[in-house]
Order: sequence, then structure tokens, then C-alpha cells
Amino acid sequence: MGWIEDGISSIRSFQLRQALHQAVTLGMIVASALMIWKMLICVTGSESPVVVVLSGSMEPGFQRGDILFLNMGRDPIRAGEIVVYNVDKREIPIVHRVIKVHERKDTGEVDILTKGDNNDDDDISLYAPGQFWLKRHHIMGRAVGFLPYVGWATIIMTEKPVIKYILIGALGFLAITSKD
Amino acid sequence: MHSFGYRANALLTFAITILALMCAIASVSDNFNSPSPTSQVQVLNINWFQKKPDGDDEVSLTLNISANLESLFTWNTKQVFVFLAAEYETPKNMLNQVSLWDGIIPSKEHAKFWIHTTNKYRFIDQGSNLRGKDFNLTLHWHVMPKTGKMFSDKIVMSGYRLPQLYR
Repeated sequence: MGWIEDGISSIRSFQLRQALHQAVTLGMIVASALMIWKMLICVTGSESPVVVVLSGSMEPGFQRGDILFLNMGRDPIRAGEIVVYNVDKREIPIVHRVIKVHERKDTGEVDILTKGDNNDDDDISLYAPGQFWLKRHHIMGRAVGFLPYVGWATIIMTEKPVIKYILIGALGFLAITSKD
Repeated sequence: MHSFGYRANALLTFAITILALMCAIASVSDNFNSPSPTSQVQVLNINWFQKKPDGDDEVSLTLNISANLESLFTWNTKQVFVFLAAEYETPKNMLNQVSLWDGIIPSKEHAKFWIHTTNKYRFIDQGSNLRGKDFNLTLHWHVMPKTGKMFSDKIVMSGYRLPQLYR
């Protein structure tokens, strides 16, 4: 039965066990990050609980690269709140402030008009052609918390994908080569 | 075990933890501030009051707004966004909130202000319900922190009744 022992020792020399261990650890990190994200979605009721500010239309309150924490909740939307909305046929969500609200008596449906603090005009020109009001289903969440600068990492990685790949490569390399 | 990478990682983790903790403490410290802002608004004049061609009522007002929001500012306050809204009920709508004027207060020195203005945003009803309508003038403010949780509150002020006739 010497060949079994030989085989085992050769596998040992490949350090299969350590490689597996590292793969599992990496998987755990990815899985827990996903779990935290999904849990945040459940708790806040918003489909994207954390957003990065991409434009300067809310300056000086929010600058490019700031991070906003969103919450949807069941509370009705009121004037003055900062909401993140998604217009049909537009990819990028917009963070602006509600300036007008009309809430129906019978259905509870709302008509919402928004405007960026730093813009001169309201957002009707940003909405879909022929759309004058936002409805509840356009709103992804309302901003409840704020963290400056942190979002720059995301902006840089989105605009310069090379940096993203280098970073992922370096982390992967570290994960594979590091010993415990 | 104690390689360069390991130490760099530990240092970075520690630094980020401390930074996050400081942000959290700064945000929590806002709760110890109990502000007592005051405000007064007068409708000085109705410049015009008409039914638009599409059937909705529109009115133009001249307003005199004075407020003292100094007590809202703490060391974690970046700015205060303040706006005046007309709020009223119509047969069709449970609530109508129309922003009439807003402003950004960048610092405590500017938090005590007095302004004489016409409405910055158009005061248009959804329908033709504004004749003889009572509405509340409400001053809302949203405190935007340097970091952390945002706060908002309002003062509901004396109402105003629009005239029975267009002019």
C-alpha cells in the first residue's frame, strides 16, 4: 500500500488543503458582504440602500463622491426630503430634493416635483418627455444619513476600470500567496 | 506572521475603525442639541391671482420672512436648508405642499435673517380650488451634517386666506 502514502504526500506537497482553506475563506468574505448588502435592503426597504453622489446638483450639501444612506419606509413622502429617483429610460438614479407634493385623498397616490439645490430650475426637464410629476414607484429611497468622500473609491473604479482590475488582481494574489 | 502586509493591514483596519467611530460620535453628539428656532412670515401682497388656460389656479404672493435658526447649528453642521411651504387640503387632495421660497444657510452667522421676496416657485394648484382657500404657511428646515444623520423639523405658522375673486 505504499502508493497511497506516496499519493497523499504528493498532494500534501501541493498543499491542497491550504488552497481549499483559502478558497473557503475568500468565499466566506464574498458571501458575508453579499449577506450584509441584502440585509440592508430588507431593513431599509430600499433597493439600493447606499448610493454615491455623482453630480454637483446638490452642492454645497452633497458633493461628488459623498455617500448617502437611504431608507424607504412606509412614511409618506413630504416636501423638503432628499429622494433618490429613477426615471423611466434613464440609467442613472438622481438625488434631488422634493419641492412640491400633492397627495390624493381616495387612492393615496402622490405627485412629486423635485429640484436640485444647486440647479436654477426644477426637474421637469429631466423627467421622461410628457412627464410632469414623479410617482411613488419612481422613488428608490430617501436620504437619511451622509458620509463624505468615501464614494470616491467607487467613482474612480467606475471611470478607470483598469484600477479596478489591478486592485482585484492584487487582492487575489495576496489571498492566494498569504500564509494564514 | 508579522510580515509587512500583515502590519499594514492591521494599521489600515485600525485607522478606519477609529475614523468610523469618530464619525458616529460626531453624529450622536447632535442629539444633545435641543434647538429653539423662531420664525415669522407675513403675506404682504397678492400680486396677481388667476386661472391658467389649462384650468389650474395660480397665485403670486409677496412675502416677508424672518427667522432665527442660530440654535440649529452645532459643530457637526455643514449647512441648513430652509424652505417655506404652503400647505392646504382640497376636495381631491388630502395634502398639497407647495414650496414658495427656499434658501441655504451656510453658517451660524447667516442664520438670523430677514427677507422680502415674491414666491420663488410657482404657486399652482392641481385644479381650481384656491379662491377663498385657507392655507398654512410652514417653515421647514433640514440640517445637513458634516457627517452622519440628517435632521429636519418645522414650525407651522399662522394661516392665510386667499381672496374670493381672481385679480
